[in-house]
This record gives sequence, C-alpha cells and structure tokens, in this order.
Amino acid sequence: MDSIKKILGIVWIIVAVMVAYYGLTVFGIPKVMSEKTDDNVFGWIILTVLMPIIVGGLGIFGWYSFQGEYSDKNS
Amino acid sequence: MAKTFKTQQEHDAYVSEKKQNKTIWGVIMASSLGTLIEWYDFYIFGSLAVVLATKFFPSDNPTAAFLSTLATFAAGFVVRPFGALFFGRLGDIIGRKYTFLVTLLIMGFSTFLIGCVPGYETIGYAAPVLVLILRLLQGLALGGEYGGAATYVAEYSQPHRRGYWTSWIQTTATAGLFISLIVILVTKTSLSPEEFDSWGWRIPFWISILMVGVSYVIRRNMAESPLFAQAKKEGKTSKNPLKESFGNKFNFKFVLLALFGAVMGQGVIWYTGQFYAMSFMQKVMNIDSAQVDTMMALALFMGTPLFVLFGWLSDKIGRKPIMMVGMLIAIIAYRPIYKTMYQSVNIESKIVAKDGLTEKRTVKVHTKIATDSLITFHQEKIFTDGTIMKKDSIVHWAAAGLIIKDGKPEAPLMKESITVNPDTRWLLIMLVFIQVVFVTMVYGPIAAFLVEMFPLKIRYTSMSLPYHIGNGVFGGLLPAVATYLVTSGKDAGHSEWYLEGLWYPIVVAGVCLVIGTVYLKTKNKSLEEDRVTEESAVDGVTV
Repeated sequence: MDSIKKILGIVWIIVAVMVAYYGLTVFGIPKVMSEKTDDNVFGWIILTVLMPIIVGGLGIFGWYSFQGEYSDKNS
Repeated sequence: MAKTFKTQQEHDAYVSEKKQNKTIWGVIMASSLGTLIEWYDFYIFGSLAVVLATKFFPSDNPTAAFLSTLATFAAGFVVRPFGALFFGRLGDIIGRKYTFLVTLLIMGFSTFLIGCVPGYETIGYAAPVLVLILRLLQGLALGGEYGGAATYVAEYSQPHRRGYWTSWIQTTATAGLFISLIVILVTKTSLSPEEFDSWGWRIPFWISILMVGVSYVIRRNMAESPLFAQAKKEGKTSKNPLKESFGNKFNFKFVLLALFGAVMGQGVIWYTGQFYAMSFMQKVMNIDSAQVDTMMALALFMGTPLFVLFGWLSDKIGRKPIMMVGMLIAIIAYRPIYKTMYQSVNIESKIVAKDGLTEKRTVKVHTKIATDSLITFHQEKIFTDGTIMKKDSIVHWAAAGLIIKDGKPEAPLMKESITVNPDTRWLLIMLVFIQVVFVTMVYGPIAAFLVEMFPLKIRYTSMSLPYHIGNGVFGGLLPAVATYLVTSGKDAGHSEWYLEGLWYPIVVAGVCLVIGTVYLKTKNKSLEEDRVTEESAVDGVTV
C-alpha cells in the first residue's frame, strides 16, 4: 500500500498542475474577461477560491504522499 | 424485570454508564439546539434565494440576479474557514463554551438584520452590499460553531459510542434546513403571494432572533467540556493553536488528509442532495416553489433519523467503510436519478388535455412615469397525467411602444411554473430521499471521524478548518457552479444539458473516494491512540 501511496503522490501533483493550467487558461481568465455576468461569477469562483485550494492543497498532499508521510509507519 | 449483576464492579459500571448517558443527553440537547438554529439562520438565505434575487439585485437580468444571489449565498460559505480559524483558536485557548455563545449571538443578529435591509429599488446597490456583509458575518459565525459543537459532544462521549452521540449533532444541519423550509412554507401559506413577495419573506429572518434568545439562555448554563476543563487546569492547553495545527507537519498532513480524503466529498454530496436537488427542481425543472419546498421537507424529514443510524453503525464497523460506500453509490447514481427527475416533468413527452386561453393583465409601473405598463400574457396548460403548466410572458410597454435596449426591442421576460401530479410528486420525493440517504452515510459518522483525527489541545482549530473548506467551500459553491454548468450546457446545445451540473460533485467526490479509500484507516481511533497522537504531535517536525 505504501508504494501505491507514493505513486499516487505523483498523480496528485500532476492533477494539481493540470488544474492550475486549465483553471487559468480555460475556466479562469477567459471567463473573468467575458462580458457576461454568469461567466464572470464562475470565473472568479474558479480563479480565487477553488483553484488555489486545489492547486496548493492537493500539490502539498501529493508531495507529502510521495515523501512517504502517509506510509503506515508514519501515520 | 430488574437487571441482575454478577459482581459489584458490573453494577457500578452499569450505574456509571447510566449517569453518563443522562449527562450527555443534556449536553447534546444544549449544543444541538444552538447548532440547529445556526444552520436554520444560514439556510433560510439559500431557501429564499429565488425571492432574494428579485429584492436585492437589479431585475433586468433574472439569471444574473439569481447567480449573484447564489454568489452572495456562497460568499457565506467561503468565509467559513476564516471563522473556523478565528473561533477555533479562541475555542482551544479560552474554551468551547464561551466561543459557542459568541458565534450564536453573531449569527442571530446578522440573520435578523438581513430581514431589515431595504430592497434594491429603495437604496440601490447599498442593498446587495449590506446583505453581503451580513452574509459574511453569518459565515464567520457558522465557521466557529460546528467544530465546537462536535468537539464538545465528542469530549463528553464514551469512546465506543462517539459515532452515535456525535451523529445527533450531524442531524442539526438537515433539521435546520428542514425547519427553514417549514417556516417559509407556513409564512407563504399564511399570507397572500403579493404580501409574501412584498414583506412576508422577511419574517423567517426575524424569527431567528427569538430562537437565538432561547438557545443563548440554555447554553449559558452549560458547563465547560470536562476534558478541556481538565487540560486547562493542568496548564496543557495550547498557547498558539494555529501554529501547532498548521505549522506542524505531523498535524498539517492530517488536516490535508481530512480535507481531500473525506470532507471534500462529503461536502459536495451534502449540497447535491439537499440544495442542488431543490435548486434543480425550481430552476431547471420549473416546478412551483411551494411544491418544491413541501417535497424537500418531506424527503429531509424521512431521511434525518438515518444520520443517527449510520453514526451508530460507524461505532460497530468503522467510519471509513460507511463514508466511502456512500460516496461510491452517490457517484454512480446521480446521473440516473437526475435524468429520471427531469424526465418525470418533461412536458415535451406529455399530451395536452386542455390548453387554457391566454389571459392579458396590465399593471402600471413606476409611479413617476405613469405611462409605463407591464403587460403579462398568462397561459395555462393541463396535461392528461394531471400536470399543470403556467406560463407568463411579461412585456415592458412604454408610451412609445416596446422598450428598446441596445437597438433591439427588449425581449419579454418568461416565467414558467409547473405543478406536478401526485404520482410524480411521490416519485420526486423518493428520488430526493435516496440522495438524502447518501448524505446521511457520508455525514453521519464524520464528526466522530474528525474529532478522532486530532489531539485535544488543538482539536477545535484543526478539525474546523478542513470541515469548513470541504463542506463550506467545495459544497457551498456547488449550487453556483452547477447552475453555471447547466446554463452553459444549454447554451452550447448539449442534448442532456440538464445533467451537466452534476459533473462537479461527481469529479470532486470521485477524487475524494480514491484518496479516502487508499489513505484512511478503517479502524476507529481510541482515546489511548489520542494520547499517542498528541505526544507525536508535540514532538512533530515544524514545516
């Protein structure tokens, strides 16, 4: 199980990077720049709330997991 | 029949457990009542979102106004983690009881004042700004409330019954939503639609101040949590709970695990089953809002006892299996459930029995511009299965004819309302009830699960933050994000556009399910392990 957790650690870091990329280029900035109020609200939610939590939190979680912090002997 | 005991120790243990049970019922009653009222205060805003959109925001774009209301509703959720940090810290330094009282009073007064704010037509943009500020105060108060209530009850509980006792606290969120719906329903039925629309919607906000007063008196007489009181007496409370919780790698990794492995998924499932279901029926299916309130109230009423059942079961088989199975079934079932819900009232598949005549109603608007009128074309259709559809097309007519906006005649405002037949109503109640069952599976055991994850001295702070990020942010933003996804899917011409909003809870719960299944331990922690955790936490590495 510990080796699965290490591999998944890399997966979570990749997911965090992908969320950062799509959050900025597809869901965040284009929506914030849009003239439609609906798009604006959604863009700001993604850019200022969800993306920082997912990118920061999941990235650190992945890093800890890769380092073996969640291995059976450490938790 | 009198109970017989083989030894004196057996008798003493029995008497002691009876005494403990009596004490804990008092503790549960006092803490649950306050938490229930706070949830009530927090959710009447969401339950009245459709009405509030017309009161506090410009009415020229109803979708934008509704989204802005949802965003204001969501703002209350977004600040919950800050409330968790602020009040969690106070709770770990000063004590659980006093922190409780402060959050209760802030919540009560903010809610009451929302009911006093004049509308957009009276004070313009000051109205949404004031509502936003009060909503933020509500969020801060709730951020400090829940963690304290769960910690307080858990610290009174016997370890082998922690899931059962804390599950009573878990019922308060659903019960608060249920009571908010009932109060709204009673207010609506006691007043005419015009009276409710004009001032009646304020009553549910004003009622809060009475309930808070009662709860304040009960809570003031509560004693401090015994474990915390002892720790304080021995000088073992934390001097800096924030630093110890989040600046300490050993604790911080559990904060992340709690968030991504349990609470994030629980949050989206909670809000899909209890809030998105309601907003979906009102805004996507266009069902009459009073009928939606009744159906939601019934489904919540039937589902609420299951929190206690799953809390109790989590003491027997572990917290993790129940929460993970709940998440898995929800992920698989959401799309079929919502598809069935939508198709049950899809008028395109129904046969018209009676096509009512179009009725024209004219109302003068703007007292200063007496020439303007709002002309409503009202149409009613009755289908063979008993479904009734009412449709209003509202046209703004000035002296010179139709209002011109951006060089084009202003499009009529369309309002559609469907009244479902009794069979469909019961089908919808059952489909919402199934979703409430998922909610009870993921939410019933989670207070005990979070409490067991963190040591006593920083428990309030450490458990509150992941809970309010997962539940408040990931869950609270769900109605706004899902509504946006549905609207975008419809604009893009997707065939099943009405299911687009479900991608958000499905993906978030899916990630949480994988993390929870792989990383969380199945066995519940005991108090002995609490002590080990606490010692390890103190010796932990600083990040």
